[in-house]
Amino acid sequence: MPTPDTLPFWEAARDERLAIQQCRSCSRYYFYPRDHCPHCSSGDVAWRDVSGSGRLISYVINYRPLPPADPEQPQVIALVQLDEGPRMLTNIVGSPADPDFLPLDAPVTVGFEPRGDWKLPVFRLAGEQ
Amino acid sequence: MTDMHHGNVAVIGAAETTGLGVLPELSMIQLHADAARNALADAGLTVADIDGIATGGPMPMEVSHYLGITPAWVDSTMVGGCSFMLHVRHAAAAIASGAATTVLITHGESGRSRVGMSRYAVRAPDTVSGQFEVPYGAMMPFATFTVPALRFLHERGMSRTDLAEVVVAQREWAAGNPRAFRRKPVTVDEVLNDSPPVAYPFTRDMCCVVTDGGGALVLTSAERAADLPGGSRAVYLLGSGEAAGSPVMSQMAEVDSFAGFRSSSAAAFRSAGLTPDDIDHLMCYDAFAHVPLFMLEDMGFVGRGESGAFIASGATRPGGSLPMNTNGGGLAYTHTGMYSMFAMQEAIRQLRGEAAVQVPGIRTSFVQGVGMYFAASASLIFASERP
Repeated sequence: MPTPDTLPFWEAARDERLAIQQCRSCSRYYFYPRDHCPHCSSGDVAWRDVSGSGRLISYVINYRPLPPADPEQPQVIALVQLDEGPRMLTNIVGSPADPDFLPLDAPVTVGFEPRGDWKLPVFRLAGEQ
Repeated sequence: MTDMHHGNVAVIGAAETTGLGVLPELSMIQLHADAARNALADAGLTVADIDGIATGGPMPMEVSHYLGITPAWVDSTMVGGCSFMLHVRHAAAAIASGAATTVLITHGESGRSRVGMSRYAVRAPDTVSGQFEVPYGAMMPFATFTVPALRFLHERGMSRTDLAEVVVAQREWAAGNPRAFRRKPVTVDEVLNDSPPVAYPFTRDMCCVVTDGGGALVLTSAERAADLPGGSRAVYLLGSGEAAGSPVMSQMAEVDSFAGFRSSSAAAFRSAGLTPDDIDHLMCYDAFAHVPLFMLEDMGFVGRGESGAFIASGATRPGGSLPMNTNGGGLAYTHTGMYSMFAMQEAIRQLRGEAAVQVPGIRTSFVQGVGMYFAASASLIFASERP
């Protein structure tokens, strides 16, 4: 459910773009969306479409997902770090939910999954369909 | 105005709910009341003696009015599981400054039976967490609080065995505690291979129990405590610290260490004028088996990467050099949802010499808490004697 400060993120995701904010004063990217930079407090910030590339930092394989997820399908709940710096919580999709297929530090790329009227950014291991 | 630390403020009453574990006959507020009345009886005081109230979950007046207390000092600090430890710290400041005389801190939670709990849902869909964590299935603690663990292990060359060793060590304590929810001793192999997988790398035994219960504390000045019936059993606050970080897991400053643990524990040691070598007994809030590993390293009890070997060495088990989570912890004793009240109760029992599995000669106890996953931290150092 978007709020005024997060709406550009969700509107971009609906267009299958990953957009996060960058501070024009200190040049750093940040996440989650805010109207000011959490690093230097500047209000001079801008939305940027980013590469959607990153690496897998950590995860759990949740064997007890709750609806709306399929309770029969183990769910990979992961932290990824974008090439631009910020970390996001996400799901890893397109790979078996098995630690042998999910090495830490593996490169990942963004994808988008429909959720009602919106789309949700998720990640898959680079090279996986 | 006196210093809030160095033993100037005392715990004069401490008790848990009469029952603990599965209590479908009691609502959340009844658990608060049962714990409060037990703690007042322990102190030899009545509600008429209480001029300050602190709680997290319900609003403080829901508890104070239910009990018949008209407070002149109120604290509703709510940062998740370690809230009650922040209440102790805030109450100590209030008592030291004269803002309150005698403070009651209550916890009650129908965490298992969910009686009288329906209003306390968190992670609404328009919060930061609701937008950027919940849509990925990060709702239940076992699938959220646990996410940083693999990175912690990976960075240190540790493994799931190190998580299992935490469980094994704490079951040794729980085995002798009749109020513990899980009392059966376990082996590393059983924790890894026989316990059902919940959220890799965690099996069920690496996750806390889910229970109903509560606890309460009564604090007053050390001077006043000396004149009260329970004065000889008073426990003193030597030092404390608190910290808050990100409300969402993804924005921890580091994934494999919690800045809040580092800063609040350092503040507690500094305010007490103590170091880890001075601590006889340790309670590390263990909602999941990785949390004590983070804490031992972030607090400086062991060096980076040494937490697993320290636990495996038996140092924290019965007879070890640093008895830790001696009630069995959240992994085995009880966990209502906000465990810190029970960690403090065990520290106080050990300092009073009244624990179910009593360790001889405990004079100082460090309680390290965590709140809303890795979002908040609290650190308290208690002592059996006023320095």
